[in-house]
This record gives sequence, C-alpha cells and structure tokens, in this order.
Amino acid sequence: MGGHPMSSEKVTTMEEAVAELVRDGDTVAIEGFTHLICFAAGHEIIRQRKRDLTLARMTPDVIYDQMIGGGVAKKLIFSWLGNPGVGGLHAIRRRIEDADPEPLEIEEYSHFGMVCRYVAGASNLPFFPIRSYYESDIPSVNPNIKPMRSPFEDGTEVYAVPPLRPDVTIVSCQRATKDGDAQIWGLLGCQKEAAFAARRVIVVCEELVEESVVRRDPNRTIIPGVVVDAVVEEPFANHPSFTQGYYDRDNDFYVKWDGVAKDPETFDAWLKEWVYDLSSHRDYVEKMGAAHWDRLRPEPAMSGEVNYGRYA
Amino acid sequence: MSETPDVGYSQNEIMIAASARQLAGEKNCFVGIGLPNIVCNLAQRTVSPDLQLVYESGVFGARPERLPLSIGDPTLVSGSTAVTSMFELFAYYLQAGLIDVAFLGGAQIDRYGNLNTTVIGDYAKPKVRLPGSGGACEIAINARKVMVIMRQAQRSFVDTLHFRTSPGHSGDPAHDRARGWWGSGPTSVVTDLGTYGFDEETGEMTLRTLHPGVTLDQVRENMGWDPRVAGDLGETSPPSEEELRLIREELDPAGVYTK
Repeated sequence: MGGHPMSSEKVTTMEEAVAELVRDGDTVAIEGFTHLICFAAGHEIIRQRKRDLTLARMTPDVIYDQMIGGGVAKKLIFSWLGNPGVGGLHAIRRRIEDADPEPLEIEEYSHFGMVCRYVAGASNLPFFPIRSYYESDIPSVNPNIKPMRSPFEDGTEVYAVPPLRPDVTIVSCQRATKDGDAQIWGLLGCQKEAAFAARRVIVVCEELVEESVVRRDPNRTIIPGVVVDAVVEEPFANHPSFTQGYYDRDNDFYVKWDGVAKDPETFDAWLKEWVYDLSSHRDYVEKMGAAHWDRLRPEPAMSGEVNYGRYA
Repeated sequence: MSETPDVGYSQNEIMIAASARQLAGEKNCFVGIGLPNIVCNLAQRTVSPDLQLVYESGVFGARPERLPLSIGDPTLVSGSTAVTSMFELFAYYLQAGLIDVAFLGGAQIDRYGNLNTTVIGDYAKPKVRLPGSGGACEIAINARKVMVIMRQAQRSFVDTLHFRTSPGHSGDPAHDRARGWWGSGPTSVVTDLGTYGFDEETGEMTLRTLHPGVTLDQVRENMGWDPRVAGDLGETSPPSEEELRLIREELDPAGVYTK
C-alpha cells in the first residue's frame, strides 16, 4: 500500500491493467463468491500468458479451471473446488489427480478459514483464530492451520490461520468512480477483505460513475479508491458469473462447461476460440451476440430510497 | 442403486418429504444446494412456516422465486431479509450459535456421522479429487443440529473414511459432550432406503424407519458395516398428496432434483 497512483491515472484498459500489475510468480486473488467473478480478467491473464502464478480463491469456479488448464498457475489456495451445482472442475482435477500436463501444488482451507486469512491480511494481524477444524483431517494436510489456546482464563482451544496478502487482488463491482471507489450490492463474498489485504488492487466495474453518485449513497461503498491502483470499465466482465441487477448467472454455460472441460481437446479448442483468438473482452461480448445478453437481463427490482439527511 | 417398485413417488421425493418433516419447529436453517434446498422450501410451506433460509453465500431469510442452481443465485438476494459479508455470516451467525439446523452430505459417511468431501484414495495422490470442505467443517462444529441427506451405497456408507473433512460423533458420548461445540455430530440421516438417528449411548447411526417396500437386507447390502437397528423399527410415512403437489408443481416443476 502507499504507492497508489493519482486518480486521473487509474482508469485504464484490462490489457494494460493486467500487463502492468500482474507479474509472473505473483499471488493473485480474483475473488467474488458466485457473484461478480471477473472472468474478463482471468481471460486477459491467460491471453498474456502469465506464468507461475499462485492463484487464491475461496471457490476456484470455472474461471480458475480455465486459467489453470491454460497453464498460468503453479499453485492453488482454496476452500471449495467445484463447478457449483454441476460437478467437478476437470482441468484442475487432471493436474491434481494425474499431474496432467504438470503437477499443481495445493493448499486448502475451509470457507471460514479462507475468509479469515483475508481478514488477517486486511487487518495487519499475524493470525486469526476460529472455532473450526476440531477433529478434522484438514490440519493434518495443511501445516498453516494450527491449534492454539486462548491466553485468557478459559484457555479455549481454537485454530489459527495465517494472513493471506495477495500481490494482486482483482474485484468486480457494479459501479465505481475514476478514483476506484467501488460500490457493490447483492452477494458481497469477501471482496472487501481480499482488496484491503492486497498489495495491488484492480477494480473492474460495469459502469464508471460520477463521484456524486457514490457520495449520495456512501454505505454501499465496499472498497474506497485509496487502496485501488487501476480501474477498468468492462461491461459483462463477469459472464458466466453474474452482476446483481445487470445480468443473470448463465447457468447453461456452467452446465455445458462440464462437457467442454472433460476432454483436454475440447478444453483447448474453447480457450483458442474464446480467449486466444480474441483480442479483448469487447470481442467476447460481441461474439456472444446481443440476443444472448438480452436473455440474461433481469426485470428491474428497485430498492427503496433512504434519507441520509443534509447537515449543513 | 436398488430397484424400487412403482409406488407413485420417486426415491428423491420420499427423501425430501421425510427430511422436511424433521424440520418441524426449527427456525434458522443453513441450506445447501440441491435436495436440501427443496427440503427447506417444502418445510417452510408445510411443517415450519417460520423457517429462515440461510445460505453460506451471505444471505439470511431468503425467499427464492425460482429453484437456485447454486448457493449464490441472484434469486436468493432479491427479497431476502439481510445480505451480509461472508465473514459476518460465518462469524456472527454460524460461529456464534444462531444456526439451529444445517444440512450436510458427502461422498463418504461412517457409522458415527463423520463426513468426507475431500478425496477418494490418498490425499497426496487422490483417485478422485472432491471439492473439499467449503463451509462443511465449521458447519458440522457450529450448527446446533446437523441433518444429512445422502443416497446409500457400499462405496458411500463406509467402515473407514478416506479423509475426515467434517467431524461427527466420536464414538464416546462423554467425549462428545465435553467438546464444547454448539453441535456435536449429526442428529439424523435420510437416505433413499430409510431414516437413521444416532444412538445416545454409543453415538452410532441407528436405522429408525425403512421406506415402504424396502427390506432390511437391502439396507445391509448398501452399506459397509452391519447397521444398528432400532428396537421399534418403523416404516417411513410416504409423501402426502399435498407434499407431492408442492414438490412437483411449485418447487421443482422441471424435475431437476426430484425425478
């Protein structure tokens, strides 16, 4: 933290943000729990052929299946490895089960353990204690989960997890200012914790908005621009994940991915067609076609307004 | 999987109905995806109108207008009571003891209700790499009651787990009581063949009812140990017409989870 550029320099393209801020060997977190998973950033990392990344995410989801199958990572830190509601992640499983085409190092936690690693990272704490892992085999395969006693009278046993401080965290949001003040509604996941924990932060938004929009509703600001290095406006950046109020989760895509990823040949053909042969996410949006996006658009359901009051 | 005579409902439908009835009187319920989601929505419309649906994605008091494919579906957000960060959900709701009941399942379960959702085979060189814990480990420890829904088979009801992701009963009830956790081992297991509780003296899974048409031999053929059987072994009540109507017309009209 501390080296964040002046606001006017933050707005950039995905190509430039990834080229400048994601470096080979980095620990990278693209967070977002089902909601707001920034596939556009993952695709750009694949396209730029970044290598030897350590990828962190609570739920690796289809995006890390694509990235890990695409060869960008040497290690995965996670808490639930699957295609939600569908099944397994085949490209990742091939690397873990058969070292095909190469081994993948893993470090696994439970959800609460992962969340609290980000909390410790964001809070500058040496560890975070939780009531989990008792009589589970998870600590036996992960030496980073350690039992400890409360220093206070009751001496309660808890498990400690270490801070996670990604080199880069990439988070999506509905809207942001050019300074990177990011507003999110709907599922919040651990975007805030992952952003505050990171050394560098890329905010990706559906819409860039005027500062006055944010200032009218400051409770909705999850990440302030003060911790943000780059701001990218990228409509539909989260497909096939979703953006609450903007487009629905593309469940058909998740179901179909199971068939695509099962076979390395169809996996590679998909990456070629939808990532390598395109120059940017704008091409992806265009190739998917307007009718596709129309189908995913929800009917509006507006929130009520609240009165913050004016105290002049 | 065992053969079932045509009784007018599917194996999944009797699993859903039997599980939903066990939610009578419960309030804050941690819901999983798939069958548990339908179970909880059925219970809310029948035995437990005050049931609050809680999802680990950070939603309390969901009112889903469609069947969600994932636990992070946008339909869970719109119209809910509260949407929280995942830290708040796990710390203030689950760890603090607000969750009355939660559903878990797994690739493997043993006689004490320990669950494996991590690997089949050796951890370092797994035959099948499963999803891992997700929230299951802390749910098993911090929910006041845990109910399990799983299909029964030799490969899933096993004598020895390949990996213990989420702790169940230890086999020593005195030890379990001294653990100091909100919950301590599952309270029930509902399968496609019958329903089980856990013995108070031994913490061991105990067959309580057989589904109509299912025999004790079928149960034995589909598990990796010789099960304890309740002295007053009964028959599971089949799903009522109203339960079937709700499942088929309102909760899963496409039959995604219930056929």
